[in-house]
Amino acid sequence: MNKTGVLFGRLMRHILRSPDTIITVALMPIAILLMFVFVFGGAMKDALPAGTNYATYMLPGILIMAIASGISYTAFRMFQDMQAGIFARFNSMPIARSSALWAHVLTSLVSNLMTVVLIFLVGLLVGFRSGAGLLAWLGVAGMLILTTLALTWVAVTPGIKATTMEGASAFSYPLIFLPFISSAFVPTSTMPLVLRVFANYQPVTPIVNTIRNLLAERPLGNDWWVALLWCVGITAVAYVFAIRSYNRRALNR
Amino acid sequence: MSNAIEVKGLTKSFKSTVKDSVQRTEVLKGVDFTVQPGEIFALLGSNGAGKTTTINILTTLMSADGGTASICGYDVAAQPDKVRQSISLTGQFAAVDDILTGRENVILIAKLRDVPHPDKVADALLERFQLTDAAHKRAGLYSGGMKRRLDIAMSLTGQPPVIFLDEPTMGLDPEGRLEVWKMVQELAQNGTTILLTTQYLDEAEQLADRIAILNGGVIIANGTMDELKQLFPPAETVYVEKQPSLEEIFLAIIGAKAGH
Repeated sequence: MNKTGVLFGRLMRHILRSPDTIITVALMPIAILLMFVFVFGGAMKDALPAGTNYATYMLPGILIMAIASGISYTAFRMFQDMQAGIFARFNSMPIARSSALWAHVLTSLVSNLMTVVLIFLVGLLVGFRSGAGLLAWLGVAGMLILTTLALTWVAVTPGIKATTMEGASAFSYPLIFLPFISSAFVPTSTMPLVLRVFANYQPVTPIVNTIRNLLAERPLGNDWWVALLWCVGITAVAYVFAIRSYNRRALNR
Repeated sequence: MSNAIEVKGLTKSFKSTVKDSVQRTEVLKGVDFTVQPGEIFALLGSNGAGKTTTINILTTLMSADGGTASICGYDVAAQPDKVRQSISLTGQFAAVDDILTGRENVILIAKLRDVPHPDKVADALLERFQLTDAAHKRAGLYSGGMKRRLDIAMSLTGQPPVIFLDEPTMGLDPEGRLEVWKMVQELAQNGTTILLTTQYLDEAEQLADRIAILNGGVIIANGTMDELKQLFPPAETVYVEKQPSLEEIFLAIIGAKAGH
């Protein structure tokens, strides 16, 4: 376990030495946040419940988008370690095989949370407000952590299996755009039937709704456990694939 | 258990797809050899002969299909943790972390190996490999030779008794090659067992106490340089004018420049 800590320290050094990765990850979601608040925000008013602050309304979706783009770096870092023979070096040393993998997972979690905090701060600048109490904020943190974990495990397999740098991160593009077809930016009730059905039954909608309702101190309804099930389910499936490809790669290159 | 490395009947095949039909390519067809403690043993073979596959099995990165292998008496399949404590691997491509400094790279390995006083160990190793001046520079900025030296310094951290060097001089310039040779010889003098693979005949001849030639998945010759020479017809004495090789010329010019 303490070996995971040593390896985690190594990867965090990578991130702190190139803080541009955090900024690059946050830049696109922040640009979309600004565009929606200042360009489309005025026109959106009619579609939203009366008195809704649009920055507050859409921030949860922006956070999910940032995490989805952040995990492409998780895959990228794994890919680099695979290519450079660093995994081979660690795997021929007297440390648990899983340490190197968990260090990447932990790094993904921490670096994504740093991005999330950055986006919350930008959100405050453009009008995001919440009167939520400590418990609700803990709920928000929990939801974001579970989402990051699920997406991180999704990122591990391409990171291990990719043969090119582009291949390692290409999987994240559809994930980044998933929030657009969800309740993240407009209520799903305004969408045509096919899109509405898709939006209502994909994981981003219950996750976004849960975070939004926690921040607005509204009742959570069924969204919270649907979101939880999605996160746990995605994590479980992605974990199995990730471990399988990690072991296969480690033992039979 | 007097052998540092003992390999018996090692086999390994890989799946490969040739025109939609899955075939198994036999890379190792029963490899046997032993390496004594403190010996420099060279595994010689052309590309694709199975040198790296052998190293991967001996360093627990890969499992063998058949046969046995042990390091310092520990079976690689049954006691991989014991084996990993006894070895270190320097792979074909310098596995150094480009973002960390040279010193941080060594400290990282020291911490992972639970070596006491990682800082001191790192400083001593960096000095030994003439990397003290570059200790606080990112490894990504090192030259090929420096990276190799750092790579080997990392492998020596914690003083494992058996060291595997997979093509240690690949991609190095002549000076870098000589540096690595010198280091390998020093290591062996201190009692470390070294198994190195190479496709350069002169490298094996210069360095190794014993040489095994891997070809077609089996060891076709194994012995000291003198023993191998006896496999050939006795030498005839011919008189030739000794011309300097390009390597000698290159090193002489570079040396002369450095001397000024």
